[in-house]
Amino acid sequence: MSSVVVIDYGMGNLHSIAKALQHADSGVEVRISADPQVIAQADRVVFPGVGAMRDCMQALHDTGLAEVIQQVAVSKPLLGICLGMQALLTDSEEGGKTACLNLFPGHVRRFADNLTDANGQRLKIPHMGWNQVQQLNHPLWRGIPQNSRFYFVHSYYAVPDKAEHTIATSEYPYPFTCAIARDNVFAVQFHPEKSQSVGLQLLQNFLSWDGSC
Amino acid sequence: MSLAKRIIPCLDVDNGRVVKGVKFVDIRDAGDPVEIARRYDREGADEITFLDITATHDDRDTIVHVVEQVASEVFIPLTVGGGIRKLDDIRRMLNAGADKVGINSAAVFNPEFVQQAAEKFGSQCIVVAIDAKKVSGDGEPPRWEIFTHGGRKPTGINAVEWAIKMQNFGAGEILLTSMDRDGTKSGFDLPLTRAISEAVNIPVIASGGVGNLDHLADGIIDGKADAVLAASIFHFAEYSIEQAKRHLQARGIEVRL
Repeated sequence: MSSVVVIDYGMGNLHSIAKALQHADSGVEVRISADPQVIAQADRVVFPGVGAMRDCMQALHDTGLAEVIQQVAVSKPLLGICLGMQALLTDSEEGGKTACLNLFPGHVRRFADNLTDANGQRLKIPHMGWNQVQQLNHPLWRGIPQNSRFYFVHSYYAVPDKAEHTIATSEYPYPFTCAIARDNVFAVQFHPEKSQSVGLQLLQNFLSWDGSC
Repeated sequence: MSLAKRIIPCLDVDNGRVVKGVKFVDIRDAGDPVEIARRYDREGADEITFLDITATHDDRDTIVHVVEQVASEVFIPLTVGGGIRKLDDIRRMLNAGADKVGINSAAVFNPEFVQQAAEKFGSQCIVVAIDAKKVSGDGEPPRWEIFTHGGRKPTGINAVEWAIKMQNFGAGEILLTSMDRDGTKSGFDLPLTRAISEAVNIPVIASGGVGNLDHLADGIIDGKADAVLAASIFHFAEYSIEQAKRHLQARGIEVRL
């Protein structure tokens, strides 16, 4: 039986993601853990997160999990979600300037205030709800129609330095990177665990992914 | 190609059963919340909101079980409101599988609670529910006030100012209910919805008064709401969620289909 661990570093509610992983593949052992050893032994690792980046990085350093994630990122399939995606970049402008894990060179920026859509209606922050995702070629998109809608809730977005790291974009109102990937690491800004069938499909793809592109 | 407007069916749950809105005299049993949530998910609901109207504290565990059950098979955002007064209430709901909680009267009696909740759990899961009623007379500039106790007790608080304050205190979203319209099936209070939606930078969910599908579209187009919430029109299968979405789409609104 293959196993997946959802990293618990005290940031947010991990039950949703654990339940969705179990539902996506009932044959996988799903655990929520903060134990570096459990994480080291798992076949796959999910790095979720909600809340503020400064608290997130503080918690990762306090628990020693920052180092663990660095190791996972070079050894087995890793899925970052929401804040867990943003934390993979170099730094974030949230909370002044917060240094992140630097697995993907680039920055995390806030959506500008007072943006409007094509009809002149103000775009609210956070960007909350179901938005379309334009995917680029990657095995984790298998079985998911192009431009499917996923559930987002965030005020900051990733701006990777290298164009080849962007594996999907969305628009609010301008295109922004909503998924990044390299080698065995894949990370998304939206919440697959809250994106109904397309989200479950993505999780299922992750649970059978060997980490190759 | 942009963010879809959301349709959110709301289930008023009393002791583990879905009932028709609180303001209706004739409370009609609409069924099992888990079954209804499943149906809404199949029909394409963008989120589901549970409003626990159970009167006694002891029976509150029932809603936790409902959320647990729904969360293990329905993978869209779930919000739970009603009786959220302490940080521990929030933690319990999130652990059961809720993604957001609605804070209503506790915010009015203790606004700092919203601040503490947002700091502890993140703004993304804090929905502040505002029950407002028009208090200005004909010919006067419109003014709405916050009411508590199901719309019976005025507080003297200006609804627009309150919404801004709640945003500044860390609310991630506002669920706005017109107590004048709730249960009337005559449509949202559009000037109220618009006033609040234009005053804040966070998403606003319009609620109270939906009787037909045009009301939903009006809330978005004229009320500038980011999402619309309705209860009774969906419970008794008067309209399906999918039908509602097709209707919004026909009126030029972007939806998830």
